[in-house]
Amino acid sequence: MSIARLHRYRPTVRRSIRRGVMDPARLFAAHVAMGFRRWSTYRLAMVAGAFTNTVFGLIKAYITVGAIGAAGGTVAGYDAATGATYAWLAQALIGPVAVFGWRELALRIRTGDIAVDLARPVDPQLAFLAADIGRAAYTFIPRGFPPLLVGALVTGLALPTTPLPYVLGLVSAMLAVVLSFAGWWLLNLAAFWLLDLRGATTLYLVASNVLSGMIVPVHWFPGWLWTVASWTPFPSLIQTPIDVVMGHATGTEALGLIGTQAAWLAGLLIAGRLVFRAGARRLVVQGG
Amino acid sequence: MTTAVPAINRAAGAGRRTREILEGRPLDGPIIDMRDLRRDFTVRSPARRLRRSKRTVHAVDGLTFAMPTGSAIGYIGANGAGKSTTIKMITGILVPSSGAVRTCGLDPIHHRRQLARRIGVVFGQRTQLWWDLPLRESFRTLAAIHRLPEATWLKRRDELVDRLDLGTFVDTPVRQLSLGQRIRGEIAAALLHSPPLLILDEPTIGLDVLSKERLRLFLTEQRDLHGTSLLLTTHDMDDVQRLTERVIVVDHGRMVYDGDLPGLVGRVGAQRMMVLDLVEPSAPLSDVPDAELVGVEAEGLRQRLSFSPEQTTAAAVLAAVGERTEVRDLSIEEPDIEDVVRRLYLSTTPPRDAGT
Repeated sequence: MSIARLHRYRPTVRRSIRRGVMDPARLFAAHVAMGFRRWSTYRLAMVAGAFTNTVFGLIKAYITVGAIGAAGGTVAGYDAATGATYAWLAQALIGPVAVFGWRELALRIRTGDIAVDLARPVDPQLAFLAADIGRAAYTFIPRGFPPLLVGALVTGLALPTTPLPYVLGLVSAMLAVVLSFAGWWLLNLAAFWLLDLRGATTLYLVASNVLSGMIVPVHWFPGWLWTVASWTPFPSLIQTPIDVVMGHATGTEALGLIGTQAAWLAGLLIAGRLVFRAGARRLVVQGG
Repeated sequence: MTTAVPAINRAAGAGRRTREILEGRPLDGPIIDMRDLRRDFTVRSPARRLRRSKRTVHAVDGLTFAMPTGSAIGYIGANGAGKSTTIKMITGILVPSSGAVRTCGLDPIHHRRQLARRIGVVFGQRTQLWWDLPLRESFRTLAAIHRLPEATWLKRRDELVDRLDLGTFVDTPVRQLSLGQRIRGEIAAALLHSPPLLILDEPTIGLDVLSKERLRLFLTEQRDLHGTSLLLTTHDMDDVQRLTERVIVVDHGRMVYDGDLPGLVGRVGAQRMMVLDLVEPSAPLSDVPDAELVGVEAEGLRQRLSFSPEQTTAAAVLAAVGERTEVRDLSIEEPDIEDVVRRLYLSTTPPRDAGT
């Protein structure tokens, strides 16, 4: 009897929730699911990506271990085990964080397909962001785990034994995903003003790959380069999540790093909104 | 003429009216109302080494018309006549240089997102589907975008799948669909949220005869069932004839005709062309009654006769030709839009007098 009544009441409750809070959440969730499904159609590309990341992981891990050995056992706090772990984790983050970026929005701007996005009752940045989170969710395991698995077998991984670094690491990695999106979103928007993005893309790729700690840890940089990096959002993409998950930064230091990520994220997302609005206005007023 | 422009934006109570429309009250006025709408583009072309010449193109040059709710208009014109520019202004993705337009009672630029829920648009060469996903997934995402309740949109989707015959390929990724299938998918996507206004920009371009026919039947049925208003740009005179009761012809951004199709045909004369491939080279067929010889090719192997369906029939013309020579093959060509527009210009009556 009571169960029957419960069932009878549920639709009303759900409908009232849906009308209020659920609508934007449903919109967001639908785009996340859409991004997830879109990427899940490219299984072969996923396998190829995981394979490439793993092979390069091997090379990087051995170079790192060799460099640390040549320097006398430790470099800026990394010994052979932690140095190799760093290399493997960086390789595992390439896919989810989309280190090499995406150009879909720039393409849509150039072809004029952006008109379709503008003629929709949804905020384009929100829609693209949600779809990118779906993409990251799909790539997380198939692109993230193979390098780590091979790393564990070949060099071993020096990872913490307590759960907290993993929880914080996951938060940090998710922030890195969205931060990477926010950066590429801005870069893609340049297509409103530039005919060709190849120059800007190359510059961005070089800067982000080096300064994020993708190639070597930011801690290894000479002083001046470290200063440059710390004034950019790039270390928040790779260095920060790895520092947090490896337990290099713990407690308030870890929270501080995550706070820095969040601050960059907020700034870049807002900048992305403003620039998109300016670009869309240019398109709408001048007629592309 | 420009004094009429602020009138629709600043009319007494316009703010309240807009609010009512945004709250979803039904619309009683015209679904599209356009007053002296203009849009100029500046085209820069490199003239000499350092100097660039600037040229202003009037893509839309003073269009005024009202489209009553529930009506269907064929909006036709040659390439570059300003059709797509007009649609962009109607949907709020392009700001008019001057003049005003209200769509579904709203100012398209300021209420673009609210308006997007009330119109369905199929931009001819663009897609609103996700390339790598099947239609089924695209519909799900679009339903969320339009915030459609589960019960409503699933029913609507099933109706569209059934009526547009999407069943066999609704689970196939869009990139693998044929053009005809994709266009049907596009139209279903544009109609999923049951918009009162449907704007189709060249929907039948590139479709085969059967697909065109199926699409026309579907659109007619939807209009009967839901009272959807339809604005259709096309190159296809048959589309206009079958789907719309009113024709607006634009050329270089100006309206050159606004009226019904028989009126247009009466104005320009609906000449048809019979292209005859003969068995052997023959003398020019200049003496066929009610038909005019307009071309002789390949020493008389191929000849073109122009005739008016009001005066004679294709069968009568063919019979008369058959008395003179032997026909191997023939085709009959409809006058195309470019031809109609050209003839409109040639016709001596001044434009804009044939009101609705």
